[in-house]
Amino acid sequence: MGAETNPLAGPLDSVARARFPEATGIANLKRLSGGASQETWSFDVSTAEGSIPLILRRAPGGSRDARATAVPLETEARLIDLASHADVPVPIVRHVLAPDDGLGHGFIMDRIDGETIARKILRDEEFASARPKLARQCGEILARLHRVDMASLPPLRTSPARSEIKQYLETYKTHGHPHPVFEMAFRWLHDNAPPEATAHTLVHGDFRNGNLMIGPDGVRAVLDWELAHIGDPMEDLGWICVNSWRFGNIDQPVGGFGSREDMFAGYEAAGGTRVDPARVKYWEVLGTLKWGVMCTIMVTAFKSGTDRSVERATIGRRSSETEVDLLRLLAPRG
Amino acid sequence: MQDQPSAAELVEAVAEFIRNHAMPQLQGHTAFHARVAANALDIVKRELEIAPAANASEEARLKTLLGRDGTLEELNRDLCARIENGTIGLETPGLTDHLWATTLTKLAIDQPNYSGYKRAVEES
Repeated sequence: MGAETNPLAGPLDSVARARFPEATGIANLKRLSGGASQETWSFDVSTAEGSIPLILRRAPGGSRDARATAVPLETEARLIDLASHADVPVPIVRHVLAPDDGLGHGFIMDRIDGETIARKILRDEEFASARPKLARQCGEILARLHRVDMASLPPLRTSPARSEIKQYLETYKTHGHPHPVFEMAFRWLHDNAPPEATAHTLVHGDFRNGNLMIGPDGVRAVLDWELAHIGDPMEDLGWICVNSWRFGNIDQPVGGFGSREDMFAGYEAAGGTRVDPARVKYWEVLGTLKWGVMCTIMVTAFKSGTDRSVERATIGRRSSETEVDLLRLLAPRG
Repeated sequence: MQDQPSAAELVEAVAEFIRNHAMPQLQGHTAFHARVAANALDIVKRELEIAPAANASEEARLKTLLGRDGTLEELNRDLCARIENGTIGLETPGLTDHLWATTLTKLAIDQPNYSGYKRAVEES
């Protein structure tokens, strides 16, 4: 669909002219794939000096996301702004949509050049010099992210381990199919939960391959803040170690590109609290289980007729991947 | 008894047709979904070949572990309930062996190329 026929083109052109005094119009408006819960559009603002590359992040159909755990886009924009001031690499937010803009809920931010596709980042020559640096950079970025002043945060849900477990246990039970390995993991997580007194910080909630914009120089931007919440900072360090995000590079636990030691060293050097490896492992177990439960939910959407695609159906047959990972974590052999 | 070719052989033929004949004529999303469809048929083929014997072994292990009779689904639901209420746990003799055997079979059918599965097979 060309920009001429896209219903977003008119309102977006008006917003661009209002926000960028030098703008002569917009060009190259196109929907980017990925992002099932939010729409992501790429476009350029044209000026006499050249074009400004931008991204529009918008709720589907302009309405708010119905999922209880996703933050409103206005909150996401505010968090990106706060993160930017804490020296976390993020795109600059240029404009938060207002009702008069006629585009629904969302915001406009800079489009950062780089790659998010894990298989390219982990295999392509272009990123060969970046790869050895990424784990440490991730640690440094997370340390800064976790130091964002709690008093400055917009309203966010607080979700320590116990409430995460409760939420995913309910989801798993709703699905109904028996998974003894999941039951064992829920039991272990229940018995080994971090103490209630664990200090809380801002948590990104989805810090992993796919949400990191990476260039030959390393991490350029942390994207997709919709699952941000207040919780145990070790959650972010554990989530990026989940084997599903290593994309085959099983011996590089951090995102398939680096070691835990490098990430922990970067975290502590950049002012993060002392890392508790046992608690990071706890969150890796919880994260693995979360992804497994999410895979089973795909089956519900398929069986109910909401999404009859073969792709959706086969994701259900990937929950067993997380079961073997859970067993390797909780009942290792050899 | 059904005639030849077997169900697994039929499914294999359809997967080959999709990969070798249909996919080269398709583009973009449709080509991607065709590959996913062929992969789904591979799962069906492996399940037809592996599941009958593996399910029988799983059922036998569950009967020993739980000391009762029942269908495969009933036994699995009972195992889940007992793990949840703490009467069976990692320390229960036979539980981890059972979970490993069952899980490795699931992966052998679902995703035999998964890194965690390949590593687990090397470690066993």
